[in-house]
Amino acid sequence: MPARFQAEWAPVSRPESAPTHESPVLAVTDLSTAFFTRHGAVRAVDGTSFTVARGEVLGLVGESGSGKTVTGFSILGLVDPPGRIVGGSIRFLGEELVGASEERLRRLRGAKIAMIFQDPMMTLNPVLRIDTQMIEAITAHERVSHRAARERARAALTAVGIASPDERLAAYPHQFSGGMRQRVAIAIALLHRPALLIADEPTTALDVTIQSQILAEVQALCADSGTALIWITHDLAVVAGLADRVAVMYAGRIVEEGPVDAVLAQPLHPYTRGLIGSVPSRNRRGAPLAQIPGMAPSPAALPPGCAFAPRCPRADAVCATAPGMTGHPGNRAARCWHPYALESAA
Amino acid sequence: MSEPIIALEHVSKRFVTPLDLAAQAANLFGAGLREVAVQAVDDVSFAVAEGEVVGLAGESGCGKSTLGRIVADILPPSAGTVQFRGKPRDTLEGAAARAAALKVQMIFQDPMASLNPRMRVADIVGEAPVVHGIVTRAERRDYVDSLLARVGLDPRYATRYPHQFSGGQRARIGIARALAVKPDFIVCDESVAALDVSIQAQILNLFMELRRDLKLTYLFISHDLGVVEHLSDRVVIMYLGRVVEIAPTEALFRAPNHPYTRALLANVPRLEAKKQRFAPIAGEIPSPLDPPAGCHFHPRCPFAMARCKAEAPALTEIAPGHRSACHLNAA
Repeated sequence: MPARFQAEWAPVSRPESAPTHESPVLAVTDLSTAFFTRHGAVRAVDGTSFTVARGEVLGLVGESGSGKTVTGFSILGLVDPPGRIVGGSIRFLGEELVGASEERLRRLRGAKIAMIFQDPMMTLNPVLRIDTQMIEAITAHERVSHRAARERARAALTAVGIASPDERLAAYPHQFSGGMRQRVAIAIALLHRPALLIADEPTTALDVTIQSQILAEVQALCADSGTALIWITHDLAVVAGLADRVAVMYAGRIVEEGPVDAVLAQPLHPYTRGLIGSVPSRNRRGAPLAQIPGMAPSPAALPPGCAFAPRCPRADAVCATAPGMTGHPGNRAARCWHPYALESAA
Repeated sequence: MSEPIIALEHVSKRFVTPLDLAAQAANLFGAGLREVAVQAVDDVSFAVAEGEVVGLAGESGCGKSTLGRIVADILPPSAGTVQFRGKPRDTLEGAAARAAALKVQMIFQDPMASLNPRMRVADIVGEAPVVHGIVTRAERRDYVDSLLARVGLDPRYATRYPHQFSGGQRARIGIARALAVKPDFIVCDESVAALDVSIQAQILNLFMELRRDLKLTYLFISHDLGVVEHLSDRVVIMYLGRVVEIAPTEALFRAPNHPYTRALLANVPRLEAKKQRFAPIAGEIPSPLDPPAGCHFHPRCPFAMARCKAEAPALTEIAPGHRSACHLNAA
């Protein structure tokens, strides 16, 4: 087989001694976001804590309703009523974002913290040309001439692999394919070289070959600029190839966190193990998938104690009390009374 | 191999948007406007044997759903024939045609779009078997209960409406409805694509159980190669309306032949993968309105030769049961 296709899956050299002493770009501590409905407060995010360092890629994995998107929105201060952040702290480059003024958040959004969404049409205005939108995004945060802004927009489109950027600048979003639109959204997100990029399932709606192109570009751009990246997804396989660390969410809480290779190889939490077993994999072709019985509980009616206990093969009486996040060797943590034992690496 | 249950012979499907009145008028004055046609499926031939699971994979716009609908007899092919148990389906008439139609059922991607929101589950599942005389009206209730239990739903929910169910449960209702008329062959069109992985695993396991217990044959359409690999005995890869490769699953994933298949496989994210540099193939899928001449893949293919631009490669056997449409194999 020609080398070209032999999955240039060469491992990326990862700084083994990640500068842990350096203060993280983002430190989320005990974040809780609730939605106040007629049926009472629903905690979509419930005591979530994590950090992201400069240049690091954190995969935030969970199924529908696990609170992963609300976590992303909370960081940007984009949770709309009836939802609001009810507790915890979000420190971005040392600055507290919970309770920060709308004006301050507006200054940060798009400049220091950027977000890309599953549907790029959430970012793009369908009735404005691409150049108008990109130039607006630049001049919103910087005083530059129209000409200089246009030049930067052009360079940004080139950087995300869009051919003939001059023509593309003069086009409207509907003239782009889905993959192209997502590229434009990424180009806009990276215009100001943000310190933090939050990507909410940006490749879920795309075909695999296009997904692969987008992943390649985001990966390279973040590596070049040292942007910290939070990649929110339901797809463990994408995280496996992209992220440094992974945090698995279930029912509003992070249930397991750690380096991505270690977590996927030896999950501690029964939910993580169930998720991995649910993914059809090369090694188990044709065999029944290890399914998790039942379905995720509604955040409005969480079981008491550990939210996963009703579906968990290891649950017992202790699980009626909610477990805390406990540390495990190898820079890992899990929220479980009965985590799977780690086989000590010889 | 046992006799094919479904055999496609040179099946094609063209969708044509007729000219509107203004365009017709303009043509009277010599504007030369032409109808817009999409060749959604282009000369596809393959057979599915009794009891087999054939996976049909490809990216958006490759024609896999159109082909699925042709197999399920929802769309007529523009050219070519579909044989059901050795008989061309368009020659069947009356009771034989109805019986053949019942034996091939389809399960759709979006259960909310394919389940009538105003019907109770008992009616959604129970209507067809009564109409077709499979059960009597008196037996209907028990029959529906047994079907719901078969797909893992509590029969007490039979009086509920589709919106009262979760996505995974709706998928089960869609499966129960397809099973209600005792089909031999089921076309699954992206039937698990919208589900969370843990729910998807439950439904995939259900598909495999049903296959074993009811001796079903599947045409399993999916863009997700992991799912296709897990479930299928053979895999058909399509690109812009044409089949580019057909092979037993094992052979296809171990030694893909067509450059498009190789690129597709190299781009599938895998759990086993370590952190990697993604190495995508360049370009996007061309518009099916105006596909490239010759081999449709040549503008994105790293090995394209002059011949690829002029001449569409035929699907030729490169190993027993393994066929691929690429000029490289002839060179």
